Amino acid sequence: MQTNSFNRNEQRYFYMLVAAGMLVLLMGLFAVHAMEEHGHIITGMNNQIVWGMPHVFAIFMIVAASGVLNVASIGSVFGKPMYKARAPLASLLSIALLAGGLSVLMLDLGRPERVIVAATHFNFTSVFAWNVVLYSGMFAAVGIYLWTMMEQRMNPWSKPVGLFVFAWRFILTTGTGLIFAFLVARQAYGSALLAPMFIVISFTWGLAVFHVVQSAIYAWNGKTHTPEIVKRMKNLLGIFIIGALYLVATYHLTNLYFAHQSGFERFILKDGGIYPQLLWWGYGLFGNLVPLILIFHPKLGNARSALAASLLVIIGGFALLYVFIIGGQAYPLNIFPGYEASSSFGDGQIGLYSPSLPEFLLGFGGLAIAFLITLIGVRALNFMPHDKPHVAAAGATD
Amino acid sequence: MSDTNVQRRQFLKTSVGATAVAIAPGMLLFDMAHGKSEAVSSKMRWGMLIDTTNCADGCNDCVKACNKENGLSGGLSPTDSQWIRKVELKDMRSGRAVSLPMMCQHCAEPPCVDVCPTGASFKRADGIVLVDKHTCIGCRYCMMACPYKARSFVHEPLHDQKPDVPRGKGTVESCTLCVHRVDKGQQPACAEACPNKSILFGNLNDPESEIAKKIRTVASTQIRADLGLDTGIRYQGI
Repeated sequence: MQTNSFNRNEQRYFYMLVAAGMLVLLMGLFAVHAMEEHGHIITGMNNQIVWGMPHVFAIFMIVAASGVLNVASIGSVFGKPMYKARAPLASLLSIALLAGGLSVLMLDLGRPERVIVAATHFNFTSVFAWNVVLYSGMFAAVGIYLWTMMEQRMNPWSKPVGLFVFAWRFILTTGTGLIFAFLVARQAYGSALLAPMFIVISFTWGLAVFHVVQSAIYAWNGKTHTPEIVKRMKNLLGIFIIGALYLVATYHLTNLYFAHQSGFERFILKDGGIYPQLLWWGYGLFGNLVPLILIFHPKLGNARSALAASLLVIIGGFALLYVFIIGGQAYPLNIFPGYEASSSFGDGQIGLYSPSLPEFLLGFGGLAIAFLITLIGVRALNFMPHDKPHVAAAGATD
Repeated sequence: MSDTNVQRRQFLKTSVGATAVAIAPGMLLFDMAHGKSEAVSSKMRWGMLIDTTNCADGCNDCVKACNKENGLSGGLSPTDSQWIRKVELKDMRSGRAVSLPMMCQHCAEPPCVDVCPTGASFKRADGIVLVDKHTCIGCRYCMMACPYKARSFVHEPLHDQKPDVPRGKGTVESCTLCVHRVDKGQQPACAEACPNKSILFGNLNDPESEIAKKIRTVASTQIRADLGLDTGIRYQGI
């Protein structure tokens, strides 16, 4: 009965979701307008914490946009049929997340109306400028990739284009990692480890986002997951979680080993108030340990616990980025090694930051963009993963 | 010569004369407005030597002079612009206290210029690091990259700006070494205001300049010299 009434009203539910997405987007645009009008004074950001909550949202989406394509790559590049059936959805999600993340990043600029200047004035030594090329190239490449997959006559091209996209997104996530890796003077950043760390993290977040969206689409269409496919994908997620955790741990452990970094690590791991809390509880426990139990515990690991694990990975991702971006700036720059410094400009002091409502609205506005693109895309075109029966059955041995 | 020809020549002569009369004052004004037309050259490397042993604890005259010269509010909240600030230092081993002014160090290899996506952060040939307020998009990457925390972001709309010191809401700014004064042959406001003459301004590239001579004779340091940025601001006594 329930399913029948859902089917009858399906169209109405769709439009309700579109309306909800639009509302969140509108609130985001309102926040942008307010920031334009009053300046960044209405945000929690200041001269010490120059990148705040919008950057947490933006970088999460951009990193996940690259990682979600992993699903497509396993299909196209490594020829796994189960993942191949999911490559179009993965590509759509990648475009949606990239659009959402970049919108937040651009609308947070001090002068968003000048964003075109970033294209007309190009500084080749800037990683940011490289990323302008990498991000716009990503849109084009994934767009073409989608075309080769969805237009039958173009199908033969999908493998080479898939390979190109595979390479491109590696470089793209490297570029995102390098934004921080090149900041030599800041204790939190300036490590070559950040590029590979961002790549492995992107696999985790991307697959988690993919799993959540796929589960929603299946539920919407009244389909149930094939247990074999769930098992494959949740095990892969588990491996990615462990891989990402390994690199995050290595990053902190190497820092602990360098005497000049131990102050920063003490701050992030122990004394820094909200930051260690978020790192241990948010990222460590809820973003890693609980999902790993959900995935690998012999009595768990069904579709529902895989979905719960994916949602927790996403929440843990936000916690990690908050600690990485904001905690990294809150710890004072060591401008005068060997001296205790104090000044009117926050020298030697922990930077204070509390995110404001407009920042959250802007971030959620970006998520709404990604949500709307996915929702409308899935509705208008055929992105539903279609597993051939033998593939679904052979999932485990594939 | 025919009459028409004479008339035509007359007309041309009058026209040329009238054009000259019309353009000449404009050209003159253009010249006046642009002042010295010679470009800055790398023969200069403007810099400062700051004698911290002379810099009085609690004295804020350089900061006040900078705020006045550049039209800064002088507010001290985390969102207010501070182009120069007094930093109080205490040696962690000996407990020796030092007070010094801190501002953009005008690096020869400025990280802010490297990371700026649009090239709005730039270094003049004479070593002064500036922000082009017309191409700055307000991404704040330079603030992330600066090892000296020298830069401020304009968080609020501005009023009553100084004509010589253009600023803009939503853009990043920092010490300009009072470029508008330096170009007129004057000293930066902070150097002029220091009651103890602790800030010596000059051309580091000219071996005969007072600053170059002093750097040859006294021990001076660059802050975070380990980063190899070759700063234009040098300190004595730390």
